[in-house]
Amino acid sequence: MEQEELKQFDIGSIRVHVIPSTTFKTNTMMIQMNGPLEKDSVTKRALLPNILQNGTKDYPSRQHIRSALEELYGASLTADVAKKGERQILSLRMDLANEKFLKDHSPLLEKGIKLLASVFLNPNVTNDQFDSKIIDEEKRSQRQKISSIYDDKMRFANKRLTEEMCPDEPFGIHVLGYEEDLDAIDGKNLYDYYQDALNSDDIDFYVMGDVDSEHIKTMIKKHFKIDQSHRREEKPKNTPDNNKKKANEVVDEQSVQQAKLHIGYRTNIVYGDDDYFALQIFNGIFGGFSHSKLFINVREKASLAYYAASRVESHKGLLIVMSGIQSSKYNDATEIIFKQMEDMQNGEFTEVDIQQTKAVYKNQVLETMDVPRGRIEMEYHNQIASKKIPLNEWLERIDQVTHDDILNVAKKIQLDTIYFLKGKEEESNE
Amino acid sequence: MNKITFEQLQETLYVDELDNGLRVYVLPKQGFNKTFATFTTKYGSIDNHFTPLEGTESLRVPDGIAHFLEHKLFDDEDGDVFQNFSKLGASANAFTSFTRTAYLFSSTMNVDKNLETLVNFVQNPYFTEESVEKEKGIIEQEIKMYEDNPDWQNFFGLLKGMYKNHPVAIDIAGTVESINKTTKDLLYTCYNTFYHPSNMVLFIVGNVEPEKILDQVRTNQQNKTFAEPKPIERYVEEDTTEVNEKKVTIPMPVNTGKCLVGIKERNPTKQGIELLKHELSVQLLLEMMFGQSSENYQTLYEEGLIDDSFSFDFTAEKGFGFSVVGGDTSQPEALAERIEGLIADFKEKPLDDKVIDRIRKKKIGYFLKAMNSPEFIANQFTRYQFNEMDLFDVIPTLESLKKEELLETMKDHFHLDTQMSVCLITKEEDKSE
Repeated sequence: MEQEELKQFDIGSIRVHVIPSTTFKTNTMMIQMNGPLEKDSVTKRALLPNILQNGTKDYPSRQHIRSALEELYGASLTADVAKKGERQILSLRMDLANEKFLKDHSPLLEKGIKLLASVFLNPNVTNDQFDSKIIDEEKRSQRQKISSIYDDKMRFANKRLTEEMCPDEPFGIHVLGYEEDLDAIDGKNLYDYYQDALNSDDIDFYVMGDVDSEHIKTMIKKHFKIDQSHRREEKPKNTPDNNKKKANEVVDEQSVQQAKLHIGYRTNIVYGDDDYFALQIFNGIFGGFSHSKLFINVREKASLAYYAASRVESHKGLLIVMSGIQSSKYNDATEIIFKQMEDMQNGEFTEVDIQQTKAVYKNQVLETMDVPRGRIEMEYHNQIASKKIPLNEWLERIDQVTHDDILNVAKKIQLDTIYFLKGKEEESNE
Repeated sequence: MNKITFEQLQETLYVDELDNGLRVYVLPKQGFNKTFATFTTKYGSIDNHFTPLEGTESLRVPDGIAHFLEHKLFDDEDGDVFQNFSKLGASANAFTSFTRTAYLFSSTMNVDKNLETLVNFVQNPYFTEESVEKEKGIIEQEIKMYEDNPDWQNFFGLLKGMYKNHPVAIDIAGTVESINKTTKDLLYTCYNTFYHPSNMVLFIVGNVEPEKILDQVRTNQQNKTFAEPKPIERYVEEDTTEVNEKKVTIPMPVNTGKCLVGIKERNPTKQGIELLKHELSVQLLLEMMFGQSSENYQTLYEEGLIDDSFSFDFTAEKGFGFSVVGGDTSQPEALAERIEGLIADFKEKPLDDKVIDRIRKKKIGYFLKAMNSPEFIANQFTRYQFNEMDLFDVIPTLESLKKEELLETMKDHFHLDTQMSVCLITKEEDKSE
């Protein structure tokens, strides 16, 4: 696998990773702040990215920040939180045009770094408090975002499944937090939380593009002044799975046209484990692609669904099946899905299936590397996992997976919860 | 074969038009692992009324048939074409829009074999009564999925508000009723009419050798025979100049409402550079009015009417065109009124040169970023070709747009009294938890 030499160094408490590449017309920067996913802080942390984008000491309002970004030839700035295993990752990203493709060649990168630093480290606070008007606006917006999850039935079903699967595990906490916890947040306690997070979180800074790492080092040193006094010394660890003897079955009802059938399994395998790639190949044969058993049997053969797929939660060790079906077809669909899992556990897949899946999965890995953010996300897997898998070993490790490895993975997989969001009206019509 | 170099972007495009009329474009991209190819016909959901290639009389086909055909083309005598791609490590897909149907693959290995598979399966229709029947259940679930999607319902509700007769207001997948009228023979009729190479574009972008790829495509096409190309007679229902309904309200099982404001083009006949200038101008104006750096965005946010789902867009093809502004909101009605008011105010105020330049820079930067994406390049280039425009004219055109042209576009496009519709998604009364 061809790839550019990655350079790493520390500046204060920030770990910097530079990936030089001449493939793209932009330079990409990404800051990842890794903190624990906890009920007490989840809502605050979810609110933070929007507060930070509302003004800094140098750019006092959202409008000032956005105008400055536009002046930098439409530099994009996004900030949000995501769940990786039982960590809540706060990300800030900036994509910036490479001036060598513009008529105007004046350098943009340092201006971008300065702006990003200002948003990240220099918010517009008075007396160690965020502005209360901004806090109120963003609480309102956050409340709306949380309540809108209900409007997207696929997202809603995923959220419900996760809650039902992991009621006593941090993974069951929703990454956007909770409406009822918004009330207690104010400019003071959120600022205190922000300071605490800056002080104790792991902070990684990625730069990918046509850049020189020494130059990056100088610029980050100049603009990112941060030293942590008490960095948390904790390794990511997931709480032990509560292995249920009997699978959970949960049904909700809404007036929807299409029912959502989401099924959660425990894989007992996480990123970094020796059998992680065998799990990926398992998932590929079972439900990850359009040649997979789920697609062929639920959709193509039985015409029950438009989509029937599975995906792996790499840092928690879950496998999630998702399908949209008619409410009355619950039994047919679950029967077919369980049959596919049973076949996998009985080793009923061929060498051709394995080769085909390896080819498609390797293709997916290589394609991810063609996108700056994808490449950075791949590197970041290694930063947050307890065991690392160097990117240049991925393809080889995929090739080494055998029929037995996949079968062993299949035997570790346990059904946990079946979640069904069913339609109301349809049933009353029948 | 033609070779066109774009100095500023440091890209070279290879172009060829084959004897059978197929237009082929290759854009080599060094440093990429993957190659992405699209094979696109100028045939979409709006083409539901035409004279078949073999016939003389016009035919009105069931709604959603272009999309149905897209699904069924993936079948061949030996089964499912997806399998052939995945055996070669490629991922394949397809989509149907109002005016196009595109088949595509991306792969990091076996590019020549995958390209062969792409061209061959699209040029080898194989429909049976049985397979057509089987597909109906799948498409029915696809339609149901969109029926539950409030954003999709909001958008098509708005189109129905704007258009009375034009087929753009018909859902791309059709309805459960219309897809059940689809037959094997109708699929062949549509296929034969619209999948002639002279109505298609093949675009390949990625880590490829252009001459070699073009040779391969030429050889592939020389070994096949096609009917003589004939101009396609398409009939589009004449639409009213003005909007059909000013307001459409759709109750759905949602917690948060939605609001979209649409502005319908009065005279959507522009093509070529005229269309390119027009669409870039409308986009610049929308950005000035409602972009995140605008006073209006700030105001709407402070008033609690929008969140960061708020967005805007302009769509234009031959025969229809519209702007759309809106997003999630707890007060759909109030937001619609505010958007209308803010557009009216904006029209009264002079345009600020500094803001124009800033937004122009932003659009140029965004275009550069999009040029990182093989998907964007292939899909957009094809769309531009079908409208007689050139994707690589975007930056020079953006640079050349003058304030007077923007003012002209503003007068021409933003007629609020007759051209504006709104569609609101509201919370169902009987909400089920």
